[in-house]
Amino acid sequence: MARLTIEDLKKIKDKQKATFSLREGGYRAKVTVHMGTCGIAAGAREVMTVLLDEIAQSKAEDVITTTSGCAGLCAREPMVTVELLNKPPVKYGDLNKEKIREIFKEHVLGGNPVEKYALVVGSETTY
Amino acid sequence: MEKVRTNLLMCAGTGCVASGTPKVRAALQEELEKRGLADEIKIVLTGCNGFCAEGPVMLVYPEGIFYQKMTVDEMPKLVEEHFLKGRPYEKLLYKEPEKKHAIPAMNEIPFFKHQVLRVLRNKGMIDPDSLEEYIARDGYMAAAKALTEMTPADIIKVVKDSGLRGRGGAGFPTGLKWEFASKSVADQKYMLCNGDEGDPGAFMDRSVMEADPHSVIEGMIIGARAIGSSKGVIYVRAEYPLAVKRLQKAINDCHEKGLLGEDIFGSGFAFDLEIYLGAGAFVCGEETALMRSIEGKRGMPRPRPPFPAHKGLWDKPSVLNNVETLAQISPIILHGAEWYRTLGTEKSAGTKVFALTGDIKNVGLVEVPMGIPLKTIIYDIGGGMKNKKKKFKSVQMGGPSGGCIPMGLIEIPVTYEDVVKTGAIMGSGGMVVMDEDTCMVSTAKFFLEFTADESCGKCTPCRIGTRVMLDMLTDICEGKGKDGDIEILEDFSRDVIATSLCGLGQTAPNPVLSTIRYFRDEYESHIKDHWCKAGICRNLCSFHINEELCKACGACLRACPQKAIVGEKKVPHRIIQELCIQCRTCYDTCKFGSIEIGPAAVKEKKEPAMK
Repeated sequence: MARLTIEDLKKIKDKQKATFSLREGGYRAKVTVHMGTCGIAAGAREVMTVLLDEIAQSKAEDVITTTSGCAGLCAREPMVTVELLNKPPVKYGDLNKEKIREIFKEHVLGGNPVEKYALVVGSETTY
Repeated sequence: MEKVRTNLLMCAGTGCVASGTPKVRAALQEELEKRGLADEIKIVLTGCNGFCAEGPVMLVYPEGIFYQKMTVDEMPKLVEEHFLKGRPYEKLLYKEPEKKHAIPAMNEIPFFKHQVLRVLRNKGMIDPDSLEEYIARDGYMAAAKALTEMTPADIIKVVKDSGLRGRGGAGFPTGLKWEFASKSVADQKYMLCNGDEGDPGAFMDRSVMEADPHSVIEGMIIGARAIGSSKGVIYVRAEYPLAVKRLQKAINDCHEKGLLGEDIFGSGFAFDLEIYLGAGAFVCGEETALMRSIEGKRGMPRPRPPFPAHKGLWDKPSVLNNVETLAQISPIILHGAEWYRTLGTEKSAGTKVFALTGDIKNVGLVEVPMGIPLKTIIYDIGGGMKNKKKKFKSVQMGGPSGGCIPMGLIEIPVTYEDVVKTGAIMGSGGMVVMDEDTCMVSTAKFFLEFTADESCGKCTPCRIGTRVMLDMLTDICEGKGKDGDIEILEDFSRDVIATSLCGLGQTAPNPVLSTIRYFRDEYESHIKDHWCKAGICRNLCSFHINEELCKACGACLRACPQKAIVGEKKVPHRIIQELCIQCRTCYDTCKFGSIEIGPAAVKEKKEPAMK
């Protein structure tokens, strides 16, 4: 086995970056797939799978995904919420494989919300 | 390539393993596979998370949600609720005792909120068996810097300026220790690590070795470079099998990757490291005894000077640092002395790890900035008394070499100097919290039993002195104490301290002295009134039922193994003293606090049968 150099240390650190942005925080984008019963029934599982696949292919290290419950708008499932750092969250509805791919490329990677699929910007007021 | 969306960091420290991590992990993995989530959710086993009382524990990232007391049966529900539907599974979340709602996020739990992690920076964050994960958290960057950009003098200066003091107990400045050894001239020097953690109730070193073995190795590489050593030994007690296993794996990985051995980072510097298993004698934590033990001899201290920095292992200049001290080194090298001093006080810089045990709610391992009030550790982090009805009485710090700090001093800042002033010592960081049901004479006796047992026998004052003192304490606890015993104990203590060779004898009387200092009235009431007010010393107490408080519920009556309690419904119960064996069962059973503890009862002795 090759001996490690200082360069190697940096390479290993870079390689592990995605794993640790997950554990340490400091990610740029967070995609929440709404997986309540309604979401799952409407195909949220497939949306999640495609999304993970897209992230893997793009080698994006600063994007995390998480699941959450029903967003309250069951008729428009599957839904996801995309949050970029320092930007208000954007909710998308009526998704499928193709749409989530487009959203990932345009919004998550590109930073531009995909208006045609977007339902709402911001979040509900909570007390 | 599959994208992992969630990391589940399960604690695999000794505590959580004992409470079921392996089984729970298997069940969780099976469930994830069943639900087709195994590729996107990864389980990582980590070292001790510190919240041992709540184990097995698990952290879910990226959400940072903390689950506790996990069981095999709950796993299907957990997976369905959290990992499939995305809502934290309430049942396994941490709940603050007074409040009903659960607190999901780790940084909102008081136990974690007050902590600052430096030594434990990787606890529960990395897989201790993975060199790559250690490197991902800046691992070995400090060693690289020390070996390629710094001279030994630079390294020593930074460590000296940081104010880092030995975390094993005595608090000697680490940089100074290194400087002495670096100035010694010899063909061979040794860099040693003291993992012979022996204080009852202390487990911080074990945790560091289990959770982050590479941090110890990296500290040793840097220390070896500073003093000019090419060989190192980690002395670990054989009772720590998991720590030994993880350290060995880490050492093997380092050898394979060239982080140990010849020409590390192409700097020309060579360092080899091995583990030596100690047999668990307490005295082997003393530096000269530890070195004799590595040489294969009987572990006994020898007079200093010569100090190990001049003549240590195999009579060669040696430095012995504690596990926790070594784990502090790499961040100091990376971030500098100034950074290190941002926490702590002028004379006690940085952070210290404490093992909280005893009658406290949150038993576990905590790292806090030095100078934090003792009260914050006990009440905020520790969550106060385990039994909310009981009052705090004392906290024992520093193990068998330490002392008991009473309620009146609970506001002191935790620093080397302030703790010593109370008669206790910082020690390796054990904190045994005791509530009002503790007998302080028995506590002193417990610690003295330990040191009397562990005395190596070399010095008469320690060998005989601790034994004589122990006999006196035993007499006091059994009701055979005499007037003047307290003064003799104090005298003896001073003699043993003044005439013993090593730290064991020099500190063994501390628990006795500090309990006499703060709880002299308890000694007096044991001797003069035959009254152990905590009701611990069986010969020195009697139990009575306060008729006004008694609800005549019958709980004590049913629990009494001697059938010594009489009474019926709506009639206050009564204890027949002749039958009572002072087992405390009624006292612990009564929900109304109606059982009171009085001085030893005069019992009618049965006449011996006539011949």
